[in-house]
Amino acid sequence: MTVPIHLRHDETFVLNLGPQHPATHGVLRVKLTMDGEYIVKAEPVLGYIHRMHEKLAEAGTFAQFMPNTARMDYLHALAFNHGWALVVEKAAGIEVPERAEYIRVITVELNRIASHLLWWAAFLLDLGGFTPLLYAFDDREKVIDLLERVTGSRLTYCYMRFGGVYNDIDDEFIAGTRDFIKRLRGRMPSLYHDLVTHNIILIKRIKDIGIITPEQCRRYGATGPVARGSGINYDVRKNEPYSVYPEFDFDVPVFDECDSMARYMVRMHEMEQSLRIIEQALDKLPDGPVMGKAPKVLKPEAGYYYSAVETARGSLGHRLICDGGKNPYKLKLRSPTFSNLSLYGEVAEGMLLADALAFMGSLDLVIPEIDR
Amino acid sequence: MNMLEKTQAALAELFPQAEAGEGATEAAARQPGVLRTDPARHGSHLDVLCGPDQVVAVARIMDREGYFLEAVSGVDWLEKQQLEIIYDYNRLGGEHCRVMVRTQVPRSEAVVPTVSAVFPAADWHERETYDFYGVHFQDHPNLIRILLPEDADFHPLLKDFTP
Repeated sequence: MTVPIHLRHDETFVLNLGPQHPATHGVLRVKLTMDGEYIVKAEPVLGYIHRMHEKLAEAGTFAQFMPNTARMDYLHALAFNHGWALVVEKAAGIEVPERAEYIRVITVELNRIASHLLWWAAFLLDLGGFTPLLYAFDDREKVIDLLERVTGSRLTYCYMRFGGVYNDIDDEFIAGTRDFIKRLRGRMPSLYHDLVTHNIILIKRIKDIGIITPEQCRRYGATGPVARGSGINYDVRKNEPYSVYPEFDFDVPVFDECDSMARYMVRMHEMEQSLRIIEQALDKLPDGPVMGKAPKVLKPEAGYYYSAVETARGSLGHRLICDGGKNPYKLKLRSPTFSNLSLYGEVAEGMLLADALAFMGSLDLVIPEIDR
Repeated sequence: MNMLEKTQAALAELFPQAEAGEGATEAAARQPGVLRTDPARHGSHLDVLCGPDQVVAVARIMDREGYFLEAVSGVDWLEKQQLEIIYDYNRLGGEHCRVMVRTQVPRSEAVVPTVSAVFPAADWHERETYDFYGVHFQDHPNLIRILLPEDADFHPLLKDFTP
């Protein structure tokens, strides 16, 4: 005998998602108040991989903090290297040789492609597609091998120095990078777009899901592909140019649909733009040293300093306060996904649980970078 | 009038007594007011020092001018027995202009009104500042630990903190 079930909408239950959950890609926990399959309230709970990097920064010298920068966003670690190098160079007035600036741009952009490829793979894995992961990791492996050649590490790079980079690039790296550009451009239309982007299953899953309005982006301080998928034309590389970015001709992909598909498209187009930047940088690569003159012991003038860089996830800020001593007096890390995730609760309200997970994937979260 | 001048004029209305001046950020004691700084050296265009009771008024002006709140951070000036709270404002596209707003409160009574009603972005950033420095943000809707364990009874970024 079957007993009919009466749904009561005044009855909600709490569903705990994470901190160990395959869809959160790391130790993120979300406390969900559910009405059946619908989310009434979503509350992210952070801090499961908090390591207090800001205190560690105060405990050591400026140079000693460089390895820590790679341990936040481990997918785009070179951008974190770059941001830290920039703010200290600003404070201490250190000049960087032109060749080093070009090498920084080439490696940071390669790393951005690797990061987007991994996001793409993991996002589609969340949505139930396994094959794309194999393609993306095949390509990502090439990038990681190239970066390993010059930096010595595969993921947690400590490649940049105040005044340049640690190691010069060689002909083999340049040839390998050119091969990679050709390879990814060849594979992009058939393997990435035909198989996945134009796939009706993907479109049904993420189109019109997770609408973030431009006003929400501004109120919550969302940046990067999340903002650019909501029609906001903001990219630190263009709006607040640093390094040698103004010398390259590239576009900032902006999509107005505000949904998960728009954020997907932004990242796919960004990879192509990164390839353009790398190609131009290789063509124009000047000769010369890769390290400028920098004092062994840094004692920047007391004051307030800020640097921003565009990571794969958005605008990364370093707010540095110096008191004239050998150690940073205070360092605040403004990590992009911390702000990007803060709008999750508002947007996920009223969503189906399955959609909310697809939406979460489209935010490209890296938990160690949120928790710092 | 460009964005920088417009913002400077709007913020200067909050400080009728202050004299208009230009120059680099000085760590020495300075009067509340708006100061221009060199973005190539300091990263921000304006350095605003305001009283704790003015942070919400500043936030309203920044909201009206179309800025977004990038970060909230604390600084412990142990020697002066003061805690400083820094709000970094920036613009999402268009003309670039970064504004650093600072306010100082005594260490013994660290209370600042919340700006989370104006910018929801401040919600998490203020919770983090409370977590690390013990700054109490008045009228914050949910001022609980965010990165540290919920039962933590310390504020680790205070300079006199010993584990």
